[in-house]
Amino acid sequence: MSTHSTRLAARFMVAPSVLVLFIWMIVPLAMTAYFSFRLYRLLSPDRTGWVGFNNYVWFFNSPDFWLALTNTLLLVGGVLVITVVLGILIALLIDQPVKGQGVLRILVIAPFFVMPPVAASIWENLFMHPQNGLFAALARGLGGQPILFLEQHPLPSVIGIVAWEWLPFATLIFVTALQSLSSEQLEAAEMDGAGALSRFRYIILPHMTRAVTVVILIQTIFLLGIFGEIFTTTQGGPGSASTTLPYMIFKQAIVAKDIGRAAAGGIIAVILANIVAYFLMRGIGRHLDA
Amino acid sequence: MKLSYRALLGATVSLALAGSALAQTTITVATVNNGDMIRMQGLMDDFNAKHPDITVEWVTLEENVLRQNVTTDIATGGGQYDVLTIGTYEVPIWGKQGWLASLNDLPADYDVDDILPAIRGGLTVDGNLYAAPFYGESSMVMYRTDLMEAAGLTMPDAPTWADIEKAAAAMTNKDAEIYGVCLRGKAGWGENMAFLTAMSNSFGARWFDEAWNPQFDSPEWKATLDFYLNLMNNYGPPGASNNGFNENLTLFNQGKCGMWIDATVAASFVTGKDSTVADKVGFALAPDNGLGKRGNWLWAWSLAIPASSQKQEAAKTFINWATNKDYLALVASKEGWANVPPGTRTSLYENPEYQKVPFAKMTLDSINSADPTKPTVQPVPYVGVQFVAIPEFAGVATTVGEIFSAALAGQSTADEALAAAQAAVAEEMKAAGYIQ
Amino acid sequence: MARAVSPRRMILTTLAAWTVALIIFFPVLWMILTSFKTEASAVASPPELLGASWTLENYVEVWARSDYPRFFWNSVVIAVGSTLLGLVIAIPSAWAMAFVPGKRTKDLLMWMLSTKMMPAVAVMVPIYLLFLQFGLLDTRIGLVLVLMLMNLPILIWMLYTYFKEIPAEILEAARMDGASLWNEILYVLTPMAIPGIASTMLLNIILAWNEAFWTIVLTTTKAAPLSAFIASFSAPQGLFYAKLSAASAMAILPILILGWFSQKQLVRGLTFGAVK
Repeated sequence: MSTHSTRLAARFMVAPSVLVLFIWMIVPLAMTAYFSFRLYRLLSPDRTGWVGFNNYVWFFNSPDFWLALTNTLLLVGGVLVITVVLGILIALLIDQPVKGQGVLRILVIAPFFVMPPVAASIWENLFMHPQNGLFAALARGLGGQPILFLEQHPLPSVIGIVAWEWLPFATLIFVTALQSLSSEQLEAAEMDGAGALSRFRYIILPHMTRAVTVVILIQTIFLLGIFGEIFTTTQGGPGSASTTLPYMIFKQAIVAKDIGRAAAGGIIAVILANIVAYFLMRGIGRHLDA
Repeated sequence: MKLSYRALLGATVSLALAGSALAQTTITVATVNNGDMIRMQGLMDDFNAKHPDITVEWVTLEENVLRQNVTTDIATGGGQYDVLTIGTYEVPIWGKQGWLASLNDLPADYDVDDILPAIRGGLTVDGNLYAAPFYGESSMVMYRTDLMEAAGLTMPDAPTWADIEKAAAAMTNKDAEIYGVCLRGKAGWGENMAFLTAMSNSFGARWFDEAWNPQFDSPEWKATLDFYLNLMNNYGPPGASNNGFNENLTLFNQGKCGMWIDATVAASFVTGKDSTVADKVGFALAPDNGLGKRGNWLWAWSLAIPASSQKQEAAKTFINWATNKDYLALVASKEGWANVPPGTRTSLYENPEYQKVPFAKMTLDSINSADPTKPTVQPVPYVGVQFVAIPEFAGVATTVGEIFSAALAGQSTADEALAAAQAAVAEEMKAAGYIQ
Repeated sequence: MARAVSPRRMILTTLAAWTVALIIFFPVLWMILTSFKTEASAVASPPELLGASWTLENYVEVWARSDYPRFFWNSVVIAVGSTLLGLVIAIPSAWAMAFVPGKRTKDLLMWMLSTKMMPAVAVMVPIYLLFLQFGLLDTRIGLVLVLMLMNLPILIWMLYTYFKEIPAEILEAARMDGASLWNEILYVLTPMAIPGIASTMLLNIILAWNEAFWTIVLTTTKAAPLSAFIASFSAPQGLFYAKLSAASAMAILPILILGWFSQKQLVRGLTFGAVK
């Protein structure tokens, strides 16, 4: 269908983005790969040299490594489930004709505007704190004992905070997708006597698959790199109960200043992300063409 | 005189070169966002009046972010800053690397001999002063006088750990949400490990023996951790494994802690306007066990110049202004003596006006009872009271901090935690080449 | 869009929607309320809804303590600059992939997303060294570049998705009429894509506005945006929640207003785009 010249033009139009992204990917990646085989500690510049796979071995031998991998996947999975399910429900709700729709939408996407470190700090201290937090006050008001969120349920707490931050992103994309759904189709279905549930199942959901796919893919990539919220709230603890792979890298890069190890961790994280992406694409990638 | 002559010369040169009236030097100062540093930024009119040829640009950041930025900058030779605010942990390491400019040639009116010896010792490497202390702190016991009285107890000026346990037991009333003692539990080399390392000194423990072998398998560390866990589990607030300085400050200010052992700088907060117990706070030295060392630390936020800075003269001028005796007088005249940055100069503590500040004497005694060059009962190969001034410490102590924090959260026993700490530290020390 | 609904159902959905929205919004509301409290009542236990006495003290102090307008302006330049630059590169790319798909388009898209897989902390030192080498430290152009490159895959992905929604028949009709490629993009495609472009733009500006790692690592004074401003109010020794809340509110407000306006823009664009 497309002519030869159109295809040529299309290549030219894609080229700049591919070029800049390629440079942006390959240069830091090459440097990181190089550092990952070096002894490179910021505070000990006099000790350098090749160390083979030592930096990688350190990660694999670390008692936290497998736990951190599991936690990373749990964090990504947990946040995805919450944001996608709640996101669709909320999108359906606020897509209805309701009073004050404009204000409503701003309220729903407001969490996305809060800078992540601030969001984490506020959740930790004003909500989840076992003595001063709002949740503790609620629990006491109801005659119960305050829940020790960050001490006894560190990972679910972090998942909750991150899900709150990302819910608006999912909702916004779902709402936009819903708006392109033709209302005639829905009305026709309604007249045919299709119930709300079957309309959702057979018309709305199929229409949303691409939006859901996009949300899952984009969020996965973002979530695989999260460390700031963990540092602010639990420091990866207690112990390493809420340590993720990026947080392990964060500790090596920022606290221990071991750039070699951090680089090795970065390469491991890229490999992990590729594996996750591979399965995602196999599982849901076909919805992209629709 | 010399300086103004130089400034004049500089002005003439630049007049000839660029036709501008003044040779403006802009220096970038990286600093931490604590109250004393913020106050200084409010007093810059005085500096600008005295040194119109120097413009100061501030980069004010939270402690962790500041440390991350300045370390990256200095280690890669970024040259973004002319003055750095760094702590007693960084100064010896960076000084040894040759990353900092020596401050031995500060003008005579700086009066370097006036600096408290304990603080000065921690900032000097091989006879070179590498940073000028801006404020110094130690740690001490802050306690509720009303609760002690109600319990029929009195707090000695120099309590033992047994005194602390007795007082904690007597003051705890969990139904009324009053916990006998609040201590740091949040993982981090500057959080729970600062407290626990200082505490371990008073139990006769040490991080390393003279051959750099880690000592977490020693009975002294076992005694330290057992005592700490027992104290916190019985008399501490729930969720303590996530409490750092600020969390405990909030609890204490709300009247929920009988005692709090932490930085001397907290004294002005717990007696300040945000505290509900401001008039019921007493102070005592950090506890000991009669072994000759107390469980208090020593820290000084200090100003240093990166060796790579192109504007060292202007930077020195600024540091001299900011850490001079005149600056203390300036703050006192504008904000009162209680708000003067504490803990750096002998003359301040000899000032009769300053002696009226309720926590002045206890702060000085605390600082004087800590010796970074001889921190422990048994000999050690390192400098530092609540830290070990080696580059590897921040990373490895954070790991140990996580292990101990998990023990506080009830995820492991003291013995398991100590064994894990011993293994983790030994592995790092091997990797870093200290031990075979 | 306007489907006939019974008034009762309208009231019920309105009620439900507002309840949900307020729950989601509550932490932000709480933060804003906190910004008007004193530090002591910000952490009072039990929590105080409004605080014993309202005060603007936090805002006054935050304003006095730092050069807010400069941080603000840097944020605007960096967020808008990186978004516009990104759009210039992303629109043609997404267009081409959506309407002239090849066999490898999906792989290409996935590869683009994969450039974001490296955790930021792991490449902190490499990027810092590159910036140092090229004299980009503490420059706005440096940050515009980094944030543009960081978010470019997202821009392309979202635009691609929205472009895909546009029926290909319309384009074919235009092509039959002999419209050139550029005319096709300019007069047929772009107007239909405006809602998608607008919502992509908004999301991208928010992402850039909130970026709080590179913006702090790579700047000192001249190019530091609001994330650095926030970092000077978080976690000092002493109570700080009210001041942090005030500083955050000041950082959020501009982008909240932008969101408000673009919301209207979005709705208008949608009614236009809905004519299928």
